Amino acid sequence: MNNIASILPEIFISLSIMFLLLLGVFKKNSSIIVHYCALASLLITGVLIFNESLNQNIMLFNDSYVVDKLSSYMKILTIIATAFVLSISTRYLKIFKIFLIEYPILILSSVLGMMVMISSNDLMVFYIGLELQSLALYVLASFNRDQLKSSESGLKYFVLSALSSGLLLYGCSLIYGFSGSTNFEIINNSMNSDNYGLTFGIVFILVGLAFKISAVPFHMWAPDVYEGSPTAVTLFFALVPKVAALTVFIRFLYVPFVSMIEQWQPILIFLSIASMIFGAIAAIGQSNLKRLIAYSSIGHMGYALAGLSVGSNEGIQSSIVYISIYLVMNLAFFSCLLMLKRNDEYFETIDDLSGLSKNHPILSLSLLIILFSLAGIPPLAGFFAKFYIFKAVIEQSMYFLAIVGLLSTVIAAFYYLKIIKVIYFDQEKDKYDDDHNIWLKASLTLSTLLILLYFIFPGQIVEVVSRINIL
Amino acid sequence: MNFPILSSLILLPVIGSLFLLFSKDKNSNTGKYVALFTSFVNFLISIYLWYQFDPTTSSFQFVEDREWLKGFINYKIGVDGISILFVVLTSFITPLCIISVNNSVKYRLRDFLIAILVMESLMIGVFCSLDLVIFYLFFEAGLIPMFLIIGIWGGTRRVYSAFKFFLYTLLGSVLMLIAIISIYWISGTTDITQLYELGIDSKYQNLLWLAFFSSFAVKTPMWPVHTWLPDAHVEAPTAGSVLLAAILLKMAGYGFIRFSLGLFPIASELFTPLVYILSLIAIVYTSLVALMQEDMKKLIAYSSVAHMGFVTLGIFTITQQGIEGSIFQMISHGLVSAALFLCVGIIYDRMHSRLIATYGGLVSVIPKYSILFMLFTLAALGLPGTSGFIGEFLILMGAFKDNFLVAVIASLGVIFGAAYMLWLYRRVVFGKIVNKDLLKMTDLDNSEKLILWSLAIPVLFFGFYPEPIINTIEVSVKDLIEMYNFNLNNIIAEVNN
Repeated sequence: MNNIASILPEIFISLSIMFLLLLGVFKKNSSIIVHYCALASLLITGVLIFNESLNQNIMLFNDSYVVDKLSSYMKILTIIATAFVLSISTRYLKIFKIFLIEYPILILSSVLGMMVMISSNDLMVFYIGLELQSLALYVLASFNRDQLKSSESGLKYFVLSALSSGLLLYGCSLIYGFSGSTNFEIINNSMNSDNYGLTFGIVFILVGLAFKISAVPFHMWAPDVYEGSPTAVTLFFALVPKVAALTVFIRFLYVPFVSMIEQWQPILIFLSIASMIFGAIAAIGQSNLKRLIAYSSIGHMGYALAGLSVGSNEGIQSSIVYISIYLVMNLAFFSCLLMLKRNDEYFETIDDLSGLSKNHPILSLSLLIILFSLAGIPPLAGFFAKFYIFKAVIEQSMYFLAIVGLLSTVIAAFYYLKIIKVIYFDQEKDKYDDDHNIWLKASLTLSTLLILLYFIFPGQIVEVVSRINIL
Repeated sequence: MNFPILSSLILLPVIGSLFLLFSKDKNSNTGKYVALFTSFVNFLISIYLWYQFDPTTSSFQFVEDREWLKGFINYKIGVDGISILFVVLTSFITPLCIISVNNSVKYRLRDFLIAILVMESLMIGVFCSLDLVIFYLFFEAGLIPMFLIIGIWGGTRRVYSAFKFFLYTLLGSVLMLIAIISIYWISGTTDITQLYELGIDSKYQNLLWLAFFSSFAVKTPMWPVHTWLPDAHVEAPTAGSVLLAAILLKMAGYGFIRFSLGLFPIASELFTPLVYILSLIAIVYTSLVALMQEDMKKLIAYSSVAHMGFVTLGIFTITQQGIEGSIFQMISHGLVSAALFLCVGIIYDRMHSRLIATYGGLVSVIPKYSILFMLFTLAALGLPGTSGFIGEFLILMGAFKDNFLVAVIASLGVIFGAAYMLWLYRRVVFGKIVNKDLLKMTDLDNSEKLILWSLAIPVLFFGFYPEPIINTIEVSVKDLIEMYNFNLNNIIAEVNN
């Protein structure tokens, strides 16, 4: 019974998925109800997780499922981000006539998958969670099925993701073969670091995970999928799956394979440096904002990985702080993107922002703050995110990584500045609509204020995260 | 004495800009009066600060120390003799900038004033901060408003200049960030007062010095990374140029004194020849470049590079005269270059041309302007009786003490300086009126008179009576040099053992 009590949030969210499915099928025109019910069940799940987080490390189901500070924090992050996604995307879905019951239900099932991933302490459990979230994401990517680009992005995502899942599974089987177990703790105990089979297994799994968080050189799907999917889904893609994937990165590298750090550290450093540089350079030539934010998120994942590659608790914590701030910044950015609407038509290229500051001073000011924050200019939140990462990196004297990382922020600053230039220095175009729904306005205001005023109390989030000690 | 006077100096302009942000009216004069009022109050507070300042001690005064990032960084600010004058200078120049927008800023006045006020806050923050991370925050954050000032209200090539300005300075600064974090891990703190006491392990000093240098050299700007400055100056609106020349450039000079000398004595000693060479090139080469300029703003921008060359030269003589001269020169250059840019701005507003060839014979059309322009020209070339003279004189004195050849070459720069400034003045003000449009020009209006006279008075006053400034900085500079020599000898003794 004890086991059941600890996975109450997961049980609750599964039950609500089934309930909402029934509700949607048997009641006509129920999308709005399903939508709000989904939101409510997310909030309840959030509260349940919060309650549960008071407990210390609990191992469940023969040590294959773990509930600890890391999992609670990341789950709450996932839930909050998803709740924002659900609440700000309604308008968009309605306009595109895809305001269907499937959207919230798919998102909830994806969230369930992520929660399983976050708590997994066993390769099998982890794989089940991963597939659950991915399957929901494939459907979501092609959610606007009448549109060619959306279907294309769904297919593309499915094919490439299936390939990476295959690699990942192969890695799992190698590790099982060479260590005799799929459980993280047991693998850790039976570790023999001279074993090349295990190293191969780690490499395959890292490739699969790198694909999920779109780290270079496994990033090819991201720009196309981000651009092709409906913005309401891109928003979800950009925010939520990264949290779960990053958690798995942390758990996978630091629980079973922490003693093999010499083997995986170079891989992680390579992934990190490649993502930072490639993300910064490739974004320069983009004209579509969704594509651009895809490259920008590739770069940002590079920084998060830099924190993970350090091999210390500070490094892990800095990555967690990074991903939290990244979520806020991207949420703010997408809220702005969803506001670029004129007569039921959405705009998503950089040129559409031209001269925005003359007609929409407040929206432009928010974008200015968000973009400078994404570029990592103090005193905005994005600077602190990078600051913690580099603090951890330099502590281990990894100066090369720090210098490359900071130089690529300068390159990245260039394309963020380009957008700001278009907003502030160029000629204005027609006015956009002002009748945004209250959720959208609230999420933009809240996230922008968080970014802007973060420097007043920079210690709060660090203090929460500093309780997460994996090593 | 517990009133947080420095924090209020930093916060007041931001509060003023919030008022502006939430005002409905976009272009009216009320916004300007709000901005002017805030910055003027700030000026009065800073004068009060100077009045309360105790010049007999070199320790930091008006210190505020609050917990910020637990166990890591404290929000610590304070001033000593070196920094207080820059605070006063900043709060003095800002109201003048705000008055000057009358004619030069034609659209989005409110946004412009917000940018200027935010800029003031950040600049005061730079000079007050006693923690490296806090310093970096203010130092970098200043890029945002300046980027907008150049980019929105600038001239035709404003986008290029704004980008160049931003990326150059950012590139310089990121290395400094790495150095700051490294210092934290080496010494366990980023608090400057503690670092002064602890010193920094000598084996790291060279690299750290270079990282700081990369940032300050771009910001100063020193040859060969000075090319952003002429572009930024030419394209920026008048008030932007004034802020840039008068205060932004001084951040780097201040940084050299506070951090490079204060924290890394061994490295400073080692790299002094490098700084000397770059400074001499800056003085001689940019003076020659300035001679050839067709554009008045560009000419003054290059003259700024040359003057800052004197400043870096003076700092690294590490003599009482040299450093005092550098600080004096920075204050004086802050006043004089601000005035020169305003002078150019005034005729640009009337004729919409910055080319020297457009003008000629202004003296018979606008005599009042010509007199004031003359005064500032003479101050820029360092005529005795103006503040420009004291600074250059002290720097050269310091340089002669340290290295005869360097001082001789630097003196050449003084001659070149006289050449390009006087030639500029001759071509613009004297001669025959060739361009008939000039006859329509009107002389200074009241606000312009107010601005220029309020700059002229301190230039003359400190030229004849430099005592208030020297008195303020003397003890701090003396103790800085003592600490520098003490640390240096300690480390050399350690190495010898």
